[in-house]
Amino acid sequence: MNKKQAFKQKLCASPHIVWSAIFVVVPLIMVLYYAITDRTGAFTTDNITRLSDYVTPFLRSLWFGIVATIICLIIAYPLAYIIAHSKAKVQSTMVILVMIPMWMNFLLRTYAWMTLLEDSGVINTILGKIGIGPFHMINTSGAVILGMVYNFLPYMILPIYTVMTKMDKNLVEAAHDLGANKFRVIKDVVFPLTRSGVISGITMVFVPSVSTFYISQKLGGGSFALIGDIIEMQFQVSNNFNFGAALSLVLMILILICMAVMNRFGDAEKAGGVGV
Amino acid sequence: MTKMKLPSKLYVAIVLLFLYLPIFMLIVLSFNSANSTSVMQGFSIKWYIELFRDEATLTALYNTLLLAVTSSITATAIGTLASVGIFKMKKGVVKSSIMSVTNIPMMNPEIVTGVSMMLLFVFIGSFLGINGVLGFWTLFIAHVTFCIPYVILNVMPKLRQTDAHLAEAAQDLGCTPAKAFIKVVLPSILPGVIAGLIMSFTLSLDDFIISYFVSGPKFQTLPIRIFSMTKKRVTPDMYALSAIMFVVILVLLILVNVFQKNDEDKKGGARR
Repeated sequence: MNKKQAFKQKLCASPHIVWSAIFVVVPLIMVLYYAITDRTGAFTTDNITRLSDYVTPFLRSLWFGIVATIICLIIAYPLAYIIAHSKAKVQSTMVILVMIPMWMNFLLRTYAWMTLLEDSGVINTILGKIGIGPFHMINTSGAVILGMVYNFLPYMILPIYTVMTKMDKNLVEAAHDLGANKFRVIKDVVFPLTRSGVISGITMVFVPSVSTFYISQKLGGGSFALIGDIIEMQFQVSNNFNFGAALSLVLMILILICMAVMNRFGDAEKAGGVGV
Repeated sequence: MTKMKLPSKLYVAIVLLFLYLPIFMLIVLSFNSANSTSVMQGFSIKWYIELFRDEATLTALYNTLLLAVTSSITATAIGTLASVGIFKMKKGVVKSSIMSVTNIPMMNPEIVTGVSMMLLFVFIGSFLGINGVLGFWTLFIAHVTFCIPYVILNVMPKLRQTDAHLAEAAQDLGCTPAKAFIKVVLPSILPGVIAGLIMSFTLSLDDFIISYFVSGPKFQTLPIRIFSMTKKRVTPDMYALSAIMFVVILVLLILVNVFQKNDEDKKGGARR
C-alpha cells in the first residue's frame, strides 16, 4: 500500500476529529470561560471564591459516592464470581438479567423506589400486614445511597464478571493444589487477577454517583443536596450559568483527581502483584 | 462448569430480587384499576388506554424515536469511518491525543458534558442573536457526540481482528480502495458496527441527564417528559409506559444476544 492511500484512509477520521474539536473540546473551554467571567463577560474571580459556601454538598457528594461504590463492590464481587463459575447457558441469561434494569428509564426506577420506601408505601404496607413497622425510610441519607447502589450496581457487576471469565482457572486450581485455603486463594490469586475489572467498576459507579442529581431530590426529600443538584439548580432555576460553570469545573477536576489516584493505586499494586 | 451450590443460588436470587423489585412493582401497578401508585385494587388496562390518548406523551415518544434513529445512524457513520482512520495511524502523540479526546464523553460526568454543551449552544445562540437555540438540533448534536465513542469502542477491536492483507489482496485484484472497503473490510467489521449502532440507539433512547440540559420547551423527549411528570404526583399511566419500555428493551436485548451468538458460532465453526 502506498503512502497516498494510507493518507486517504487516515482522512476517514477527519469528520470525527472536527466534530470532537467543536463539540467536545470547545464546550470544555466554554466551561472554563464562563467560570471566570460574570454575566456581562468581564473577568471575575467571584464564582471561584463563592465555591467555599458549597464545601458541605461537595463533601457530602464525595462521601455518598464512596459509600455507594463500596456497597456496590461488596454486593457485585461475589455475584460476578458466582456467575462466572456457572454453566455457559446460565451465564448468558444472568448477564442479560443484570443488564435489563440498566436500560430501564433511570427516573422511573428511582421513582419506583420512592413509592416502595414511602411511609405508607408498598414495603411498609406489606410489613404492616405481618405486624412489623412502619419504618421511616424515605428522605434519609440511607435512601439516597440505596438509590445510587440500585441505579449503578450493574456497572460494577459487568466489568468484574468480564475479567473473571477471562481469568485462567488453572491458576486457582494450582493454588488449591499447593495447599492454599479458600480464603487465601481469593485474596492472593483471584483478587489480584481481577483488579482491572474492579477498577473499571469502581470508576463506572463512582463517577455517576458523585455527579448525580434527581436521586437525592426524590429519595432524600431535598435535605441532602448533592453537588449535581446544585449545578442543576444554577442552570435550570436560578439561571446563573457562570456559577454553575464554576461548580462543574470543580466537579470535573475533583473526579479527575480521584481517578488519577485510583489508577496510580491500581498500577502500583499491579507492579507488585501477579504478573499478567 | 460447576453446578451452583445452594448458598450461591440464594445470593443470586436476593440480588436479582433487589434489582427487579421496583420494576415488577411498576409493571403490576400499571394494571391497577385505582388511581394509586402504591396500592393494588383490581385489574384493568385503562392506564394503557389513557397513555395512548395522551397527546404530549405520544409526541415525546415520536421525538425520542426520531432522535434515536437519526443520531445513532450519524454516530455510527462518523464513528466507523473514524475507527478506520485512527486504526491506520501510527502510534504516537497524534493518535493518543485523538483517542484521549474521543474518550472524554465516556469518562466525563454526564452532567458536565450536558452543561458544557449547553454553554456552547447558548453562547453561539447569543452570538448570532437567536432566541431559544435549544431544540432538535442541539439534542441531535449532543446525542451524536456521546454515542461516537461507543461506536469506536465496538468497531476498533473488530478492525484489529481483520486481516489487513485481505483489503490489499482485493485491491491487487482490481478493486478501488472504496470498493475494497465495502466488499472486504466492512463485512468483517459489521458485527462491531451493528453492536455500536444498537448501543448508540439504546443510549440515545434512554438518555436523560445530557438531554435535560440541551433541550428546550419546543422539543421534548420521553425521558424529559417523564421528568416533568415525576415532579408532580405520578399517575399509573407512567407505569404503563415503563412496562411497555421494559418489554421493548427485553426483546431488543434478546435480539442482540441471539445476533452475537450466531456470529460467535460462525467464527467458532470456521476456525475448528
